[in-house]
Amino acid sequence: MGKDVMADLKRDYITKLLAKGLRVDGRKFDELRPLTIETNFIGSAEGSARVRLGNTEVVVGVKLILGEPFPDTPNSGVLTTNAELIPMASDTFEGGPPDQESIEVARVIDRGIREGHAVDMSKLVIEPGKEVWIMFIDVHVLDYDGNLFDAANIGANAALKTTIVPAKRAGKGEDYPLPVAHQPISITAVKIDGKILIDPTHDEERVADARLTVATIETENLCAMQKGMDGAFSLDEVSKIVGLSRKIGAEVRTKF
Amino acid sequence: MGGTPTDLKLIDENGRRIDGRTPDELRPLKIEAGVLKRADGSAYVEWGLNKVMAAVYGPRECHPRHLQNPERALVQCHYNMASFSVDDRKRPGPDRRSHEISKIISEALTNVVFTEYFPRTSIDVYIEVLQANAGTRCAGLTAAAVALADAGVPMRDLVAACAAGKVANTMVLDLGKEEDNFGQADIPVGYVPRTGELVLLQMDGDLTPDEFDKGLHMAIDACKKIYEVQRDALKRRYSAKSPEADAGVLQDPDARKEVA
Repeated sequence: MGKDVMADLKRDYITKLLAKGLRVDGRKFDELRPLTIETNFIGSAEGSARVRLGNTEVVVGVKLILGEPFPDTPNSGVLTTNAELIPMASDTFEGGPPDQESIEVARVIDRGIREGHAVDMSKLVIEPGKEVWIMFIDVHVLDYDGNLFDAANIGANAALKTTIVPAKRAGKGEDYPLPVAHQPISITAVKIDGKILIDPTHDEERVADARLTVATIETENLCAMQKGMDGAFSLDEVSKIVGLSRKIGAEVRTKF
Repeated sequence: MGGTPTDLKLIDENGRRIDGRTPDELRPLKIEAGVLKRADGSAYVEWGLNKVMAAVYGPRECHPRHLQNPERALVQCHYNMASFSVDDRKRPGPDRRSHEISKIISEALTNVVFTEYFPRTSIDVYIEVLQANAGTRCAGLTAAAVALADAGVPMRDLVAACAAGKVANTMVLDLGKEEDNFGQADIPVGYVPRTGELVLLQMDGDLTPDEFDKGLHMAIDACKKIYEVQRDALKRRYSAKSPEADAGVLQDPDARKEVA
């Protein structure tokens, strides 16, 4: 339980600062940490990106293989998202099969990409009902300092944008760029002691009461949402976070 | 949200939905508390064509032990769908979807349980979806809250849950299976009536902020109704004074004479 003792000690410090309108790293409540996106980082992947969001670092790789569509969506490619929270990235991650945390990260990234229609999946069909491209988005967390949701979401968007469909290798004509249609950007906020702040660090996450991730597309419509942790949000807080996500999401979108 | 093009008319010219409901109408909901003998608490929910059972064991020793918290109880929800609960047989055992649902329901329930009363223990909540027809996470959470209360676990309040969504460009309440499959958006909501706060919130699809706001309010209004059904189930359970009374045998004074 060492981690909880540390969290308790830090909670005091963090909340006292928040009461004065300050954060440990000097950011404003609605300020994202410095974001860098490096694409085509992995040569063996069809598309990839290395994203740093403050001290959080993730590599996202996209691979495409041929396969069968799901019987109920014969005219659509298949999207599979996975997240590896490897022990290298944090003392709070353990090896072994995916736990609830990594499954949630993967599913929230997947929801943003899928519901925001980032990729025109109908263009990944080779023969309807028989053969389609199966697209794997794999998120590899290298360094974990909070807010995996947004780092991975931005990484997935950046990786998809540089993905080349390996048609030639598969004997299906010439290679072509993945038909990317939209950029669903997620922004995550946490509530600490009644204050709402975006892009939490690991320490902020550890003392937070509740978390809300909201993904928006170019129209600033909402496409995915996920509330987490055992705290609760009022309606006003939800609407505030929706507003922040639309505003900051639009800013992030200009970085692609 | 498949969003698959379909001939299916989800809302007719009279504004009625595929099962005849109005946009803000809930499916029929029945809740029964204390339906299982072995569990410490239980509840059964029939909500439209959903049939969901929830059982609570604990507070009891926490397994795995490394999850023990010296200050609090751990609320661990296990959401599971029976293989026969859907049209195409589901492979038994937990999949990624059920892991995620288990996690968010655990978090929602932790919010209302006085976990500090039972350090180091686990309160295990089992949700079994026997028949699924969209909205099983809300039905599961609604049932689980009643089962926790039935188990006598001290709680700040119940949690009521319901989804709203967008179907044929209309905001509607409590999506059915076709609406879920071919609709445009889905917002599951878990609500604590006493505080007016949200403990579960998800969304997928495409919504303007105004549509989202409208859906959220529809879902919350429905949660208030569902809360009454939950309370009523608990009252019925505990107004029965003995097993015989429970079975309805002793409620009629004349019937009592006959038994004597």
